[in-house]
Amino acid sequence: MADVDRFSRIPNNVHLNDDKRLQRALEAWQPAYLEWWKEMGPAMAQEKDVYLRTATSVDADGWAHFDYVKMPEYRWGIFLAEQAGDRKIHFGDNIGQPVFNEVPGEYRNILRRIIVTQADTEPASVEQQRRLAFTAPSLLDMRNLFQVNVEEGRHLWAMVYLLHAFFGKDGREEADELLRRRSGDPDKPRILGAFNQPCNDWISFYAFTMFTDRDGKYQLASLAESGFDPLARTCRFMLTEEAHHLSVGETGLMRVVRRTAELMKANPGKDVRSLGGVDLATIQRVINFWYTYSLDLFGGEISSNSADFFAASLKGRYQEERRDEHTAMNQVKIVPVVENGRLTNKEVPLRNALNEVLRDDYVEDCERAVRRWNHELEKLGLEERLVLPSRRFHRHQGEYARNCFDPTGNLITPAEFEANRAKWLPSEADMAYLRSIMQPVHGIGQIAHWTSAPARGVDSKPFDFEYVRLG
Amino acid sequence: MEPIDFNRHPSSYLHWKLSVDGAIARLVMEVQEEKPWRPGYPLKLNSYDLGVDMELADVVQRLRFEHPDVRALVVTSTRDKIFCAGANIYMLQSSSHPFKVNFCKYTNETRIGLEEFARESGVRTLAALNGTASGGGYELAIACDEIHLIDDGSSAVSFPETPLLAVLPGTGGLTRLVDKRKIRRDVADVFCTVAEGFRGAKALKTGLVDAVHSRSRFEAKVQERLQQIVAAAPKSARHGPGVVLPPVRPTVDGDTLRYEHVTLEVSPKTRVATLTVRAPKGPQPKDGAELLAAGGNAWAIAFARQLDDALLQLRFVLDTVGLVLLKTEGDAAAVLAVDEMLAKHADHWLVKETTLLIGRVLRRLDLTGRSFFALIEPGSCFAGTLLELALAADRSYMLNDPQRPVHLQLSAMNAGKLPMPHGLSRLDCRFLGAPQKAKEALAVREPIDAEQAEELALVTFAPDEIDWDDEVRVAIEERAAMSPDALTGMEASLRFAGPESMETKIFGRLSAWQNWIFTRPNSTGDEGALSLYGRPERPVFDYRRT
Repeated sequence: MADVDRFSRIPNNVHLNDDKRLQRALEAWQPAYLEWWKEMGPAMAQEKDVYLRTATSVDADGWAHFDYVKMPEYRWGIFLAEQAGDRKIHFGDNIGQPVFNEVPGEYRNILRRIIVTQADTEPASVEQQRRLAFTAPSLLDMRNLFQVNVEEGRHLWAMVYLLHAFFGKDGREEADELLRRRSGDPDKPRILGAFNQPCNDWISFYAFTMFTDRDGKYQLASLAESGFDPLARTCRFMLTEEAHHLSVGETGLMRVVRRTAELMKANPGKDVRSLGGVDLATIQRVINFWYTYSLDLFGGEISSNSADFFAASLKGRYQEERRDEHTAMNQVKIVPVVENGRLTNKEVPLRNALNEVLRDDYVEDCERAVRRWNHELEKLGLEERLVLPSRRFHRHQGEYARNCFDPTGNLITPAEFEANRAKWLPSEADMAYLRSIMQPVHGIGQIAHWTSAPARGVDSKPFDFEYVRLG
Repeated sequence: MEPIDFNRHPSSYLHWKLSVDGAIARLVMEVQEEKPWRPGYPLKLNSYDLGVDMELADVVQRLRFEHPDVRALVVTSTRDKIFCAGANIYMLQSSSHPFKVNFCKYTNETRIGLEEFARESGVRTLAALNGTASGGGYELAIACDEIHLIDDGSSAVSFPETPLLAVLPGTGGLTRLVDKRKIRRDVADVFCTVAEGFRGAKALKTGLVDAVHSRSRFEAKVQERLQQIVAAAPKSARHGPGVVLPPVRPTVDGDTLRYEHVTLEVSPKTRVATLTVRAPKGPQPKDGAELLAAGGNAWAIAFARQLDDALLQLRFVLDTVGLVLLKTEGDAAAVLAVDEMLAKHADHWLVKETTLLIGRVLRRLDLTGRSFFALIEPGSCFAGTLLELALAADRSYMLNDPQRPVHLQLSAMNAGKLPMPHGLSRLDCRFLGAPQKAKEALAVREPIDAEQAEELALVTFAPDEIDWDDEVRVAIEERAAMSPDALTGMEASLRFAGPESMETKIFGRLSAWQNWIFTRPNSTGDEGALSLYGRPERPVFDYRRT
């Protein structure tokens, strides 16, 4: 598309050159961003050539350009999906009206909150993953990590653009705050729980990109429906990039499962750990941990915010256009809740249960991935299977956070939960084991012992391509 | 009649944890979600209802009487990222208008009581906001002497009532912002319309909090400040041992509530109640030490607490009672002897607390939305402290019958020891236009008969024995027939002549503005914001200004 300005200080397709005020604001923010990137971005290979894709347009065909680039020189820019001529709001109380191209005053605060919460996750994951390159299982994995990192950085740019362009001084302050909070910092933590958890080994990284980034996909997809058009267009393009992150996680875990299956098949009855692999029980525990923290990110099962966001036509459902009805009024959803110490089904007005509706779509997607992993076990004739725990298990937000549940979703006592904690969730010993096998493999075409090489590389390059020039 | 039990005890608090360690009292809010005062709404996010607030009122009262060595009180919570989310919205949604009004009044009295405790009892109060304090949560904080907020990038102080619920922060928040903390009105305007409020540095810069501390240093900083407060505490007469006050429990006899020194007798048919306070019988403490020994059994403490409970029953349970006849019974000399002790030993901490207690109870009467007529009849003892009941009444009737003479009598307690909410004595308020008349009355310490009382303008009417029955009957029937709304507004407008105080502003605005908004469709109509909060529909406002 002709509109992309690739050569100005901040590549963009939003006519930044014509809006001097905004351009100056973003140019003022840029040095702070780069400083943050140097301090909190990947802790190695910052000065190395990495084979990365860079967004150069927003067309479906050929939006990405692959080349070697040093990460701090990555062309972080602002790209919004094409504006559809006369888009109308297609859900909520404002249905049928022209989309908002400016922030409606009455929605300013909630819209800012939505954007800041989404934005905060972008730098957070970069911080969580900053030391992983040291133990990368292959150059391709290292490259994928960096690709994820620079694109999360770009997503931060996308959100900061919205804050600067539409929210005045408050927006600029929030944009500055995004660079001040730090994942896991007791004093300035990131806003959401999952983004403050340590992610120091590659099994966790894959699980994070599989489960936590997948929450991001569903959030972005529902914001891509937004009646606030700049947000919708921003999120639509972010989804294109996010797809790669999810595949890094999904195939990353699949490769580990495949390797584990191979080790199990070749050494029946032997402890996979004694063979230097990752045993299925540990993989299951890592899944249990990240899946449940990611479920939290969808918010409360019964939520007045979800109703407000939908009513205001700011946040839709996943693939809203595929649904028959777009007001979500006069409908209910059954949500199991704990009342008087027992699980009982409660009828909740649909609008108040939209977090749960989105969670349904997410759970279904995760189940599909788990089936794919289990196929690796099936192929080798193994009986063992991985499963997703119940969505009530190990929750820190919402209806189920106040009670304890086992992985199949039965209400249990806190004592029972604690007694089984090490069985259900990664223990210190698990983490220590994972760290112990995470030895760097940085040779071209080489792969760590605990995982298997992917079938192919990126950009039609083979696996044994020099994705990162470490030399 | 089924009275509400307002008694609480730390051993059975559901929602608070109180610990006292030397000079520091630590009060931790840990609201049990599944233990609301009445069923139907979970108390999420440390939100409160009447049950939570009864415990808070109990805490403050106990600190006054049981823990005289305390010099610093810290109020905090142990919930992650949450201090307190204010009054529970679903509770308000499902409450009747009279309940909402009385709930707000009670919570306001508790917070004003907390401020009085700090001011008069030499205890500095500190709100340690370990997480977000919204609505009533910030109103509780702002009722403390100083506010420390955790600076974690997300915790905020906020008043979301107007933008979110189309009501007002109903517990004195707006008034305290500008009157107590002296926040600039335009800054306050912005703050009160941003639902998410202000965080860390911004809250500090705008004066909404006094200090912000990082998460890792928060506990230590608060502790350090408490130690400073204790070290800097001025010498105080308050010291242990304290006294433990027994619960106040009336016996129910049909439509009558009986306490040892107080009786509340209701006539449901006429919507009239008679509230009788009896003079002490038997010997009463002569000084502080004896008062300490007698504790809650001393008449001065006991009658006040019983009267207080009766007033709360009137407000919360007896909502159809429109007129309360105030009566006294017993030996005026016994009342005056107690007054003399209270005046003579005013420096003793427990004597002072007792006087403050009586003052608070009489102010609760001033602020009760019912008509009060004092009936001064043979056998009564409207003397000193109990004369305040007659002075607090909207009208008083004193029998003028030479055959059965009735007397009033003044004491030092009428000279400003039991101030009204705006700080004036009831005598000074009564004679706002003629201050010398208050002095004249106070100069008379002998018993005052009906004629002299009329001359001194201490009573409204002094009918003779021929007119008495009819005058009183007609007055009662006439009053009971008028619109209760108009009467409540009229009485509240007439009772507090003279200057405003923060307290009168708070109650005045609560009565006028908040209660008006509570009855307007924009908040409580079918499409109002309070009605629809948490529901799938959005509110629809009538945009006409009134």
